[in-house]
Amino acid sequence: MNAILEMRGITKTFPGVKALENVNLTVKAGEIHAIVGENGAGKSTLMKVLSGVYPHGSYSGEIIYEGEERRFADIADSEKIGIIIIHQELALVPLLSIAENLFLGNEQAKHGIIDWNLAFRRTQELLRKVGLKESPNTLVTNIGVGKQQLVEIAKALAKEVKLLILDEPTASLNETDSDALLDLLLEFKAHGISSILISHKLNEISKVADTITVIRDGSTVDTLDCRAEAISEDRVIRAMVGRDMAHRFPKRTPDIGAPILEVRDWVVHHQIHAERRVIKNINLTVHRGEVLGIAGLMGAGRTEFAMSVFGRSYGQRISGKVLMDGREIDVSTIGRAVDNGIAYVTEDRKHYGLVLGEDIKKNVTLANLGGVSSGGVIDDLKELKVANSFRQKLRIRCSSVFQQTVNLSGGNQQKVVLSKWLFAQPKVLILDEPTRGIDVGAKYEIYTIINELAAEGKAVVMISSEMPELLGMCDRILVMNEGVFVAEFSGAEATQEKIMRAIVKAGERAA
Amino acid sequence: MSNEAAADKGPNAKKSYTGFLGNNLRDYGMMLSLFAIMIFFQIMTDGTLMRPVNLTNLVLQNSYIIIMALGMLLVIVAGHIDLSVGSVAGFIGGLAAVMMVQYNVHFIPATIICLVAGGLIGAAQGYWIAFHKIPSFIVTLAGMLVFKGLTLALLAGQSVGPFPQTFQKLSSGFIPDVFGGETLRLTSMLIAALLAAALVIANLRHRSNQQAHGVEDEPYAFFIGKNVVFAGAILYIGYLMATYRGLPNVLVVMFALILFYTFVTNRTTVGRRVYALGGNEKAARLSGIKTDRLTFFTFVNMGVLAALAGLIFAARLNTATPKAGLGFELDVIAACFIGGASAYGGVGKVMGAVIGAFIMGVMNNGMSILGIGIDYQQVIKGLVLLAAVFIDVYHKNK
Repeated sequence: MNAILEMRGITKTFPGVKALENVNLTVKAGEIHAIVGENGAGKSTLMKVLSGVYPHGSYSGEIIYEGEERRFADIADSEKIGIIIIHQELALVPLLSIAENLFLGNEQAKHGIIDWNLAFRRTQELLRKVGLKESPNTLVTNIGVGKQQLVEIAKALAKEVKLLILDEPTASLNETDSDALLDLLLEFKAHGISSILISHKLNEISKVADTITVIRDGSTVDTLDCRAEAISEDRVIRAMVGRDMAHRFPKRTPDIGAPILEVRDWVVHHQIHAERRVIKNINLTVHRGEVLGIAGLMGAGRTEFAMSVFGRSYGQRISGKVLMDGREIDVSTIGRAVDNGIAYVTEDRKHYGLVLGEDIKKNVTLANLGGVSSGGVIDDLKELKVANSFRQKLRIRCSSVFQQTVNLSGGNQQKVVLSKWLFAQPKVLILDEPTRGIDVGAKYEIYTIINELAAEGKAVVMISSEMPELLGMCDRILVMNEGVFVAEFSGAEATQEKIMRAIVKAGERAA
Repeated sequence: MSNEAAADKGPNAKKSYTGFLGNNLRDYGMMLSLFAIMIFFQIMTDGTLMRPVNLTNLVLQNSYIIIMALGMLLVIVAGHIDLSVGSVAGFIGGLAAVMMVQYNVHFIPATIICLVAGGLIGAAQGYWIAFHKIPSFIVTLAGMLVFKGLTLALLAGQSVGPFPQTFQKLSSGFIPDVFGGETLRLTSMLIAALLAAALVIANLRHRSNQQAHGVEDEPYAFFIGKNVVFAGAILYIGYLMATYRGLPNVLVVMFALILFYTFVTNRTTVGRRVYALGGNEKAARLSGIKTDRLTFFTFVNMGVLAALAGLIFAARLNTATPKAGLGFELDVIAACFIGGASAYGGVGKVMGAVIGAFIMGVMNNGMSILGIGIDYQQVIKGLVLLAAVFIDVYHKNK
């Protein structure tokens, strides 16, 4: 099989940083080629070079595509010959319909007048191809992230794609949607479309990839042929982090004490549609020193549950009781929930967790300014000490605590958010997707922090869509589906299959 | 960790001069631009700009803009805008005139009532913005129309004045000279000297405090130079004013407010929360900050300051006219943006806004002395605003 794409000796420098150094990448025609590497390794930069975001001349090295050397001046150049990139952050216009989005910049028009009949017909064709059952008229904002991802892919198909590049396509998808997406890639492969898949999720990669290229610190360190031999995940991780990672999860001997947080008869109605019950009368108890996992599909109500307990930051017509150490507490506002020892670390750190324009120090103390001030006046030096101690304790990698958080990597940003909530001195921490979008090394560090918290006698509630993580970390796992807990497993007895079965069965019962 | 920290320090220590300048270029750049503009006009006007009488006028003419800019800065940092301040200032001026001139209310209760009224106006607007999530642009645009109209109605389209003498002192008075100096107002000079000394002492203490904790990053020569320049500027301006009639009362009020708001924004939890609110409202709310209430109070604060500015302006003109306050909001907002505030919220400094206001003020004054018509003055001011913001954006994207 010959190569559709060859990138040779690509070097790209930014002022002061060498982002890529002599990177080589060969993608064979009709294969699924996975690119893995830690955050900041240079994967996205490489793809931006390939797609023309960084034009020819801003990097050195050459790109050979379909046997010819190519020099792209911009994205339009690369799209013209069938290289389409789908970015991590979706580029859809929420308030336009699916059909409008599909042909954005590529309108089905004659002399500037759009032929809506043609556009609709073609949209329906494309949606059928990607297996999306939605009307072309539906606004993008009204469909879930998984479906939006499919719209993006349909958009790529509309441009007659030959090489599809997906940057972390499943980062915000649940298992079912992810599977559907991966199946779609396999189907494309059968039709001769090559894909480059950038992902942190190694199980997905081993499912679909023909070849894996590992990038570390801006250089290609390994190319693995998955068809020649079975590649173990450990093998890939080793190449990614450049060190042996005997265990993906740090060891911990659980020391579980008395119940600390209890939620009773909790009912929450939808934020906008007041008649819809999102959380349906559930109970939860978590103990001192326990790491409790909550599994479930996206939209199961896990985040909604956590946020509603955390000062009613989600939903309306909330009823039920919350007890801390056996006494009922008031969680009617976020301030009161925090005062009573609850902290919630959001799943979306950029939008809900950090003030990105501010430095690390100011973010760390934001939830507990009282702790560094007296009479409303902030003690700068005390604040600095607090920030530095967290920097050290959580190993936040930065030039100083005066660095803006927008410039930190995902893992370090997450550590800043964690620091903020640790400084609020909670008894119970609710972590919502604590390792989303961060690399393997940083994940391990976050896990270590979680274990330390449990060892200190705090309770940790961990919401995650990555089942291996729940299995590896939790003492107990609750499975949520459509606003109720449908199963409970101890950490020892839980398996991925059992959790999936519980969800599916609950879904059948509901149907 | 320790070796990493050491590694951080190494290169920092070496490139501290350029590093420090790079980090603080924006702050010093502003200051330098102001100096450059002043020197330019000083030369172009053959020294008229810095004449004691002109300097005093400069302060009097711009005090109300600066006072409103203090409140506007908080509003802008919180991610909002207030278009109504000019109309509100005009309305309060009218209210003061009606009370003091037509109803003979003593100036102290009248002033208090006016400030409270300003706060209530701010509260009325803040209510819609904070609790009903109506964009501040729209609410205050409505407010601008409403209060412009109410001023006309209140004054029945006429000018009302003159004010009682004691009230005029707010704008046209000078601090009394206990030494009875004829050519040099010693009290004023003394205050300026004390102020310069206080500034240097405060800076020294701050620096030694920082040094004690190993966080100071300002090169020593820089520190000395900065203090010499600032203390010198205060002494020089104080001296110039002392040779005329001394420090104006307004200057004292204004200075106290600038100090107060600098302190609030830099050192207090309230100030910090406003920045967080403007930087990322959702994250701020999820950190337990009562964002709605905070937004509400930034508008209340703005209302009070607009009222104060209205009083000062009315006292200066010694009459309340239906046209008072017209277009003030534009100067105030421009001052904040020239001073480096971000239209997206979360960024901006009190000193920046003050310097921004002075840049506008010096240009107004200088161009008037040069006899440039009001037409081209506006063109130039508009271009300066655009240029200042462009430099900001360019600097950020680099």
